[in-house]
Amino acid sequence: MSTEAEQLESLAQQEYKYGFVTDIEADALPPGLNEDVVRIISQKKKEPAFMLEWRLKAYKRWLKMEEPKWPKVEYPEINFQDIIYYSAPKNTPKYNSLDEVDPQLLETYNKLGIPLEEQKMLAGVAVDAVFDSVSVATTFKEKLSEMGVIFCPISEALQKYPDLVKKYLGSVVPATDNFYAALNSAVFSDGSFVYVPKGVRCPMELSTYFRINAQNTGQFERTLIVADEGSYVSYLEGCTAPQRDENQLHAAVVELVALKGAEIKYSTVQNWYPGDDEGKGGIYNFVTKRGIAHENAKISWTQVETGSAITWKYPSVILKGDNSIGEFYSVAMTNKFQQADTGTKMIHIGKNTRSNIVSKGISAGRSNNSYRGLVKIMKSAENARNFSQCDSLLIGDKCGAHTFPYIEVNNTTGRVEHEATTSKIGEDQIFYCNQRGLDTEQAVSLIVNGYCKEVFRELPMEFAVEAQKLLSISLEGSVG
Amino acid sequence: MLQIKDLHASIEGKEILKGIDLEVKKGEVHAIMGPNGSGKSTLANILAGREEYEVTSGSISYLGEDLLELDPEERAHKGIFLAFQYPVEIPGVSNVYFLRTALNEVRKSQGLEELDAAQFLKLVRKKIDLVQLDKSLLNRAVNEGFSGGEKKRNEIFQMAVLEPKLAILDETDSGLDIDALRIVANGVNSLKSKDNATIVVTHYQRLLDYIVPDVVHVLFKGKIVKSGGKELALELESKGYDWLK
Ligand SMILES: Nc1ncnc2c1ncn2[C@@H]1O[C@H](COP(=O)(O)OP(=O)(O)OP(=O)(O)O)[C@@H](O)[C@H]1O
Ligand SMILES: [Mg+2]
Repeated sequence: MSTEAEQLESLAQQEYKYGFVTDIEADALPPGLNEDVVRIISQKKKEPAFMLEWRLKAYKRWLKMEEPKWPKVEYPEINFQDIIYYSAPKNTPKYNSLDEVDPQLLETYNKLGIPLEEQKMLAGVAVDAVFDSVSVATTFKEKLSEMGVIFCPISEALQKYPDLVKKYLGSVVPATDNFYAALNSAVFSDGSFVYVPKGVRCPMELSTYFRINAQNTGQFERTLIVADEGSYVSYLEGCTAPQRDENQLHAAVVELVALKGAEIKYSTVQNWYPGDDEGKGGIYNFVTKRGIAHENAKISWTQVETGSAITWKYPSVILKGDNSIGEFYSVAMTNKFQQADTGTKMIHIGKNTRSNIVSKGISAGRSNNSYRGLVKIMKSAENARNFSQCDSLLIGDKCGAHTFPYIEVNNTTGRVEHEATTSKIGEDQIFYCNQRGLDTEQAVSLIVNGYCKEVFRELPMEFAVEAQKLLSISLEGSVG
Repeated sequence: MLQIKDLHASIEGKEILKGIDLEVKKGEVHAIMGPNGSGKSTLANILAGREEYEVTSGSISYLGEDLLELDPEERAHKGIFLAFQYPVEIPGVSNVYFLRTALNEVRKSQGLEELDAAQFLKLVRKKIDLVQLDKSLLNRAVNEGFSGGEKKRNEIFQMAVLEPKLAILDETDSGLDIDALRIVANGVNSLKSKDNATIVVTHYQRLLDYIVPDVVHVLFKGKIVKSGGKELALELESKGYDWLK
C-alpha cells in the first residue's frame, strides 16, 4: 500500500458540504419507507396534487418490483427500510477558515486547480462577503431569464411551472421504468429543471454548481431538461472535487427532451467516494439517464466516471424523430475494489437516425469494469447508422474488463459497426516516457489521458482540463 | 564522463553482455558496431535504465555517480538520452505536449523555470529546422502512424530540444533515405560540443562519413572484441565480422 494511495484515501474521506442553502425548517424523518413517507415528502415540498398522485403510483409499483440482478456488480443486500428518505439540508459551516481544513484535502483541490474561494465552499468553510456566490448566481439567472431560459430546482419548478413539469416529467423515463427509477419517482428529493424556449441558444453552460439553493439534493436526485424546437443547451453535472455522502445509495433519474431540431449536450464528471482500500463504505450509484430526440434533434451524453464503489449507469437516447442523432462518449475508470457496469442504449426509431458510441474503460487495482451497450434498430428506422467503439485498458493484472454489446437490427437497411479493443499499458511506453524524464506515475497518467482523448474532446474546455487532472489523481498509487 | 567496467547482464536468465569495458570522455563520439543480436541495444537500454535487463556484475559510472543506482527518469534528468531503435507510439498524446512535459521535467530537476507554451514553441521553431521535421508531425500523437524515417527524425528532434550530455543513438540511421541520413547527421553534429558525448550504434559505415567517430568498437557475442579509429569501420565494411571470431 503506497503512501499516495493512503493520501488519496484520506482525501476522499473528507466530507464537505456546500454551505449556503437555507429556508427549510424541518429536520429529518426516521428511516423507512411507506405511503406516509411519500405523502410527507410531497407535502414538505408544497407540491401540486398531481405530483403526490404520481409519486404514490410509482411507490405502489415499486413495491411489486425487484432489484435488477443482471449487472456484473456485487454488493451486500440493501435494506430499503434503513434509509432516511427525507432530511433537511444541513447548512452550518464546519470551519471558520481554510487553515482549519485538512491540508491534504486542500492539496487535492490545488491539484485540481480549484480557486481559493471555491475551495472554501467545497470544504465547508464560511464564505466571506467578497465572494458573494448568491450574487454571481443572480446575475447569471437574470441573463438567462432575459432569454426565457428556466433553470431552477425542480421543486421550485413544480410550484412555478407545474404545467411544464407535468407535461414532461416521466415522459422519457416512466415512473415505473425500473426498480430504481420507480424508487426515485416516489421519493426524489430535488434536482434541476431546465427549459430552453424555441430557437434560443442558451448563452452559457448550465452547471449544477450555479444552481443555488438546491444543493444537498440528496441521494434521489431528479433532473428534467426540455429543449424546445431549434434550441440548444449544454449542461454540466457534477464536480471533480472528491465527494462523500453519508448516504450510500444514490439513485438519480435524468430525463432529456430534445424537440424538433434541438440539441442537448449533457456532460458529467462523477467522483463519488469509492470506498476504502477494502472497498467498504463507497457510494452505490444506480442512475437512470435517458433522452428522447425528436426530428432533426441531437442528444450527446459525455461522462467521466471515476468515483463510486458501484456504478450502474446507461445514459440512453431514443432516436424517435427522423434524422435525429444520439451520441455517447464515456470514460469509466475503476481502481481498488470499484465496480462499474456502464454503457448506453441507442434505440433507433426514426428514419436516417444516427448514433455514435465511444467508450473508454480503464481498470486498475482489483476493480471490475464492464461496458454494456444496446443498439436497437426498429423496423421503422430506414437507413439507420450506428458506430460503436469500446476500448478497455488494463493497468496491472488483478483487474477485469468486460464488454457486453447487444445488437438488434430489425431493418435491413440499417448498418451497425462495432469495434472493441483491450490493451494493457505497455512497459515500453512507460520506459519511453521514463527515458524522456517522466516518472512512472506521470507516464501512466499521460498515456491514460491520451487514451481518453476522444472523449475529453467532447467536454467543454474547462471541464476537460479538470477531468484530465481528476483522472491523474484517481490513478495515483495504481502503478509501481 | 562514462566508465563501464566488466559489465555482465542477462535477460530471462540468459547472459547477453559478457564483460564490457568502455570509457567515453567528454567531447567524444564513439561508434558501436557488431552483428545482429550481439547485444548493442541491450547495452544502450542498460545505460538508459531499462529494468528488464539484469546487471549481474560490473559497474557503470557516469559523471562520477553510480549510474546503476539511478532510475531511468533520473538518468534522463542528468542528461542521458536514448534515441530508440524502435520509437514507441503513444496514442492521443500530442508530440509537442509530450516533449514539453519531458523538457520541463528535465528543467525542474535542474532547478530551472518551466517553459510555458509560448516559450516552448519558440524553442521548437528553432530546433525543428535543424532536423527538417515536417511541422504537421508536431501536433500528431507521439510516433503514431509516423513512417519509419519520420520516427527516427522525431527522435533526433527530441534530442535537439532536450540537449543531452550523453546521447545514445541506437541505429538511428536504419530506414533513413540518404537525404534524411545527412539531415540527421547534421543535427547530431550541430549539437556536438566539448562537454557532451555521443554513442552511435550502427551497422553502416556510411553514417560515419557524416558523424565522424573518435573510436569505433566492435561488439560480438556480448563482448567488445576490437576497438580502433574510424578506419576500423571501413575494414568491417569490406571484410565483415568473420575475421574477428
Ligand atoms: N526481452 C528479451 N527477451 C529475450 N531475449 C532478448 C530480449 N531482449 C534481447 N534479447 C536477446 O538478446 C540478444 C541481444 O539483443 P540486442 O537487441 O541487444 O542485439 P543488437 O546487437 O541490438 O541487435 P540488432 O543489430 O539486431 O539490433 C539477442 O539474442 C536477443 O534475442
Ligand atoms: Mg539493436
